[in-house]
Amino acid sequence: MPSVVSLDRVSVRYGKQFALRDVTAVFPAGAVGLLGPNGAGKSTMLRALLGFVTPEQGDMRVLDLDVKRSPLPIRSRLGYMPESDAHVPGMNAVTFVAYCAELSGLPRQDAMQRAHEVLFYVGLGEARYRNLETYSTGMKQRIKLAQALVHDPDLLFLDEPTNGMDPRGRDEMIALIRDIAHNKGLNLILSSHLLPDVEQTCDHVVVLDKGRVAAQGPIPALKGQGAHVFELRVKGERHPFVAALEAAGIECASDGEEVMRVVVPENRDAQYLFQLAAQHRVQIRHLRPSLPTLEDVFARAVNEA
Amino acid sequence: MVIARNHIRATIRQRRILGLLVFSWMPFVVRAVQIYVASSFQQARFLAATPQTFREFLVQQSIFVFLVSMSLGGLIADDRRANALQLYLSKPLTRIEYIGGKLVVLLLFLLGITLIPALMLLLLQTMFSGSFAFVGANLFLLPAIVLFSLVQSLVSAFALLALSSLSGSRRFVAAMYAGIVFFTAALVQILRLMTGSRAWAWLSPRDVLDVVATAVFRGTAAPSIPVPVALLMIVVIIAASVAILERRVRAVEVIR
Repeated sequence: MPSVVSLDRVSVRYGKQFALRDVTAVFPAGAVGLLGPNGAGKSTMLRALLGFVTPEQGDMRVLDLDVKRSPLPIRSRLGYMPESDAHVPGMNAVTFVAYCAELSGLPRQDAMQRAHEVLFYVGLGEARYRNLETYSTGMKQRIKLAQALVHDPDLLFLDEPTNGMDPRGRDEMIALIRDIAHNKGLNLILSSHLLPDVEQTCDHVVVLDKGRVAAQGPIPALKGQGAHVFELRVKGERHPFVAALEAAGIECASDGEEVMRVVVPENRDAQYLFQLAAQHRVQIRHLRPSLPTLEDVFARAVNEA
Repeated sequence: MVIARNHIRATIRQRRILGLLVFSWMPFVVRAVQIYVASSFQQARFLAATPQTFREFLVQQSIFVFLVSMSLGGLIADDRRANALQLYLSKPLTRIEYIGGKLVVLLLFLLGITLIPALMLLLLQTMFSGSFAFVGANLFLLPAIVLFSLVQSLVSAFALLALSSLSGSRRFVAAMYAGIVFFTAALVQILRLMTGSRAWAWLSPRDVLDVVATAVFRGTAAPSIPVPVALLMIVVIIAASVAILERRVRAVEVIR
């Protein structure tokens, strides 16, 4: 599969702090999730790709163009939806989106026409003559998406697009992103710390942690990467048993409830859990195979990193 | 050009600024009447225009240059407040083009209240007198008007843009701009009183521009500071403004 973005040994530093450290990653065409906890370097990576921050070392290519040498041709083919609220003050939605289209090189009349189309597409058709300063958080997210889409880019960078949205608005935004990626055929990179957002919209994922790539690849492949996942409930002294599991390389995740989620490596199976339980004199009261989720992939990648 | 066009349209839609722009042409009307009366009535010859009339007109216009500049203090500050810089710079647009767009807006309005009325006064003088004798006798006047208007507008525009990039509040920008203009003028007066020397004029942009105006319009008054020093100060103001803009106009602000 051809790549739309690639990074080769890229390091970005803010003062003494590395935001990205020796990152090598490939983003294939389609919808790719950029996952990571807060402060992992996701936004920094997007900003570096846009040319906003200059890496200390490494090469970056976007749409087969070198970021250092061709920032403007890249930006003309790219749409960027920033994480924070951003708009041009004193404008209504249609003027703002048309203005952004003109800045991207569209002639004035085409820009206005596209602005109307895109605003209807993102669900702001009825509110398109309202001043942007009166918009709610959800509407501001949509207008940021509209300005990123208006010039029909080849690649979209979406930085935390569901931030601050209510559940319904979030679902609608996810549906929009899925439609853009799968029906409109646009390439996109979705940066988020919300695993369900990425899981619902993307085919590939790059997991970042502390400025390094912890895992990357197609989501189905990463999910099924050898390990078996079980839901497990035990009776007896739980802590020594959990310690033993972890010592044996079995990841345990528990949110305080009785049922734990354990990830057993490929070379072991459920029988091994029973053996360990017997050794530590605990009873297994519940054991159910589970489907691995992106959360498991994420937890595994971050733990390994 | 997209940035400049958008801002010009937005600015002239604001009645307050439009009113100020119209009002800033009042001195032109007064001078035009003066030239007409002097050309038409023998008894009013003493009102006839001289090269110094044009210098005085442009120096008087500096109050409107100040007011119009202050009213446009939000050019970059508003974008900073609304995080718009990252939107602008994610488009195929360089920082120079962004700043250039904003500069064009300021220069257009400032030259519209200095250069244009001054040139029109020169035209009226020729029309009312019915000959090119005045222009012929003062050939330096046309380049002097163009040069001084440009210098005056450039200094104000660069300084204001630099201040505008320092804050997210247009009111704060206007206050800083007014503060610098008045504070430096007051400081020069105080130092002059204390030391008895006029050489402190280099500290005040207004006094520096006065020296340049006198030199460009071939005035006879002795300059308070040498003209090269005044020109150097103008270069310093513009260079400092460019340095501030270079540092502040970025899509991402990195605090080290």
